[in-house]
Amino acid sequence: MEIVRREKAGSPESLRIRRQRAQELLRGPELEGAALEKYVTERVMTTTLDRALNWARANSMFPATFGLACCAIEMMAIVASRVDSARIGSEAFRATPRQADLMIISGRVSIKMAPIVRRVYDQMLEPKWAIAMGACSSSMGVFNNYAIVPADKFMPVDVHVPGCPPRPEALMHGIFKLRKKIMEDPDEGWRRRYEAIGTEEIVRRDDIDPLADSEVGTGDGRDQAVNVFKPGDTAGA
Amino acid sequence: MPDATGLELLAADLREQVPDAVLDTEHFRGKAALHVAPASIGAVLEFLRGRGFTFLASVHGLDYYPEEPRFGVQYELLDMSALDRITVKLRVPLDDPHVPSVTPDWPTADHQEREIYDMFGVIFDGHPDLRRILMPDDYEGHPQRRDFPVGGEPVLFTYNEAQGTQYTD
Repeated sequence: MEIVRREKAGSPESLRIRRQRAQELLRGPELEGAALEKYVTERVMTTTLDRALNWARANSMFPATFGLACCAIEMMAIVASRVDSARIGSEAFRATPRQADLMIISGRVSIKMAPIVRRVYDQMLEPKWAIAMGACSSSMGVFNNYAIVPADKFMPVDVHVPGCPPRPEALMHGIFKLRKKIMEDPDEGWRRRYEAIGTEEIVRRDDIDPLADSEVGTGDGRDQAVNVFKPGDTAGA
Repeated sequence: MPDATGLELLAADLREQVPDAVLDTEHFRGKAALHVAPASIGAVLEFLRGRGFTFLASVHGLDYYPEEPRFGVQYELLDMSALDRITVKLRVPLDDPHVPSVTPDWPTADHQEREIYDMFGVIFDGHPDLRRILMPDDYEGHPQRRDFPVGGEPVLFTYNEAQGTQYTD
């Protein structure tokens, strides 16, 4: 086999020609009037920043690595090849709530576990969503007794997936529903539904650096707000 | 299991060693049980340990509602060399649910007595750390009592709702 060594474009002339060609390729053809109009409508999409953000959020939900019961086994199956949640970008289960924005409550929550689940949820960064998976975390199912508490009692839930446990396909359906909701109805966020606007967690400076002066905590009182609900809201749990 | 005769012999010895301890003996379906007075439970278990029952397999609580005395505590003992088992039963009333703790002598009873306290409200005097073990510390009531409401969420299906069914009032 013969090796052909082509001469590289060494002369300044050919470089100029190539650069012009590349610029034309980027700029597109020189069009005017109706042809330009047609070109723009075909190739350029305009949108609002909100819509673009929602599109990006809906297609990169990171669930928290968080399993509670038998539902967690089905939850693990959604990242496997059969239902493959990677196709909507939610296959990356994050091992810390700080990197996650979707909590799948996969199983029954006992009264003793509820504050811990709530704490993990509070540690997730906004915007965040929650799916109550299975009968236990929605209506308590067969464990409808003194020990178990439904997820709605102590935290906001966006989508309920019924089943005992739901098949991976059902959970995937729930994730698709949530994705649709994020893309189309971002105002349906839980703060609006629970009338909790303005209760975002605000980290005080001495939480970040315990050695710093604690004189910053003299604001309008909002810097004291760490919890999202009033304490009485979880009393029935 | 000690057979019926063996159980009676054991009870006779126990009556000599610990007076007023044995209230009754029971041999039912091959299982021997001693009914004892609550105050003497420590001495009874100590006597049985001397007879080879060196392993306290389980301590559990019962609620005989509406009978009185209402609560029961049962101690399952195992003789590992003779492969023998015996149950020691005692009953305490609702208004005075006090049982001497056997945790100082049988460390395995620690968590099980805490669980009986948590679920039934039987108080074990002398327990080193009698707290709730399963339910949260601020929980009110003892959920395994038979007069405790089942609780949970009312589940009303559309069909029941139309009929006006109320499950939890």
